[in-house]
Amino acid sequence: MKKLQKTWEEIMKVVFFLCGMVAIVMVVLIAGYVTIAGLPAIIEIGPIEFLFGTVWNSTAKEPEFGILPFILTSIWGTVGALIIGVPVGILTALFLSKIASPRVAGILRPAVELMAAVPSVIYGLAGMMVLVPFLMNLFGLKSGTCLLAAMLVLSMMVLPTIISVSETALNAVPEEYEQASLALGATKIETIFKVSLPAAKSGIAAGVVLGIGRAVGETMAVMMVAGNVANMPGLFKSVTFLTTAVAKEMSYASGLQREALFSIALVLLVFIMIINGVLNFIVKRKDG
Amino acid sequence: MRKAKKVIGIMAASAMIAALLAGCGGSTSSSSSTGPSTQQSGSQSSSEGVAEGGSVSGTVSMGGSTSVEEVIAALSEAFMAENPDVDLTYEPSGSGAGITGATEGTLDIGLSSRSLKESETGVSETVFALDGIAVIVNNENGVTDLTLEQIKGLANGTITNWKEVGGADAPVVFVGREAGSGTRDGFESIVGVEDECVYEQEHNSTGAVIAAVSANPNAFGYASLSALEDTVKAVTVGGVECSEATVQDGTYKIQRPFVFITNDSNQPSEAASAFMEFATSEAVADLIAEAGAVPPVK
Repeated sequence: MKKLQKTWEEIMKVVFFLCGMVAIVMVVLIAGYVTIAGLPAIIEIGPIEFLFGTVWNSTAKEPEFGILPFILTSIWGTVGALIIGVPVGILTALFLSKIASPRVAGILRPAVELMAAVPSVIYGLAGMMVLVPFLMNLFGLKSGTCLLAAMLVLSMMVLPTIISVSETALNAVPEEYEQASLALGATKIETIFKVSLPAAKSGIAAGVVLGIGRAVGETMAVMMVAGNVANMPGLFKSVTFLTTAVAKEMSYASGLQREALFSIALVLLVFIMIINGVLNFIVKRKDG
Repeated sequence: MRKAKKVIGIMAASAMIAALLAGCGGSTSSSSSTGPSTQQSGSQSSSEGVAEGGSVSGTVSMGGSTSVEEVIAALSEAFMAENPDVDLTYEPSGSGAGITGATEGTLDIGLSSRSLKESETGVSETVFALDGIAVIVNNENGVTDLTLEQIKGLANGTITNWKEVGGADAPVVFVGREAGSGTRDGFESIVGVEDECVYEQEHNSTGAVIAAVSANPNAFGYASLSALEDTVKAVTVGGVECSEATVQDGTYKIQRPFVFITNDSNQPSEAASAFMEFATSEAVADLIAEAGAVPPVK
């Protein structure tokens, strides 16, 4: 009986181990595959021409494979999303954590959770049907699909991540800090901005970095509102992100064009790895 | 990754066939001839015709134009269903590669979405389908007719305002497909604007192009004839409306043929000729139409 139990324990240990290995194996497989598939084209095109070339014309008679427009667009798009998303997100988290009455928070919190669960294609659809025509009329553009539209859609998509992670961090601030501040005569708002916020800053930073990851990796919603022409970024110009550059041309690509798309995927993967590295650094520093 | 693409092609084709069979409402087994639908009886007779010449078997390697992929996938699936011993493969690599492959003998059949040039000798072509590309504008756009020259100007950015071609005083927004798309390649090569188009939006499906044109009053774009909807307006080109009939009689200019390229010195294998015979028979007209192309007049 006891022996049977011991065998069972051993078997379950192996099962747990194997389940844990799935994640590692998948990450290694994906990174390995994208590297193997993406490197040849980078070498063939030349790393400098590939990363810093400003013209992407993959099916021309003399094709050009410069992805600088995509890289810059991804960076600008993410920065734009953060400029709108971070202040709104942090203030919402502060409101939820410190100010809102339980009844208001009980409505707001599920709404934020729902926002996180809305599929990206729905954000894209709303952007395409409402935001794009709105921008077109507001700024008198000939076509509303532009970097600004993508920034606005992305800012909505990073909000739930920033809000929920920041709120968790704010809730974890020891109550004594705030009570001490209030006891010293600080007002509620002063306490929030000068005590709670600094105390939760590494958790909030983690939320922002997670939001960056979401914005950099978003494809579907961006593809529906950004216009997808390989222009250098401009607020009112039709632009292509790293993600949409891959998704857009993959279905009928062949030869070097196809390999170059894998190379873009590799660049994107490196971007995401850097972002995750930063995230790990922030989280570790908080613990240490 | 090529294999993955092929698998997707086969899946798409089988889905198409499934739809087709469901539409016919019966099995294609040659013993029962009570099926009322013409499609069914048509494909039956062709299958019997092939069977009479002895059981066809072997591998046929095909390759070439990416535009014909869907049509070839549908035709291959139907042919292989009737001739289970034949294995048809398709490698989408571009019309040029298809013609080269047939010339050099590396492909049994090359597929091209353009006719042979005079310089391309030693091979001959067989048209099995036509592709009409409609020029579409927003329903609010007052322009109803454009010449090829005007379309060229609109596409390459020399005409930037609709009033230059008889429309309202509004900017031109050119919406098109992504690089690598067969429709884009077809439009650009027929209109003569290869590598010089000034796109304002690029989408990776015809549906998205149509949606974008229907959403923007300034927009114009192109779409395969088979995908046209009421949400956008197809202009007449040089006074000719884009329809199956005008594509077939050749009066509508923005069209191109889908052709089989075969080597003149090496006779194609039995299986290859059986497939070409099948693909050019009248029985597959519905199949070709379903796959988004126009069957040629017989």
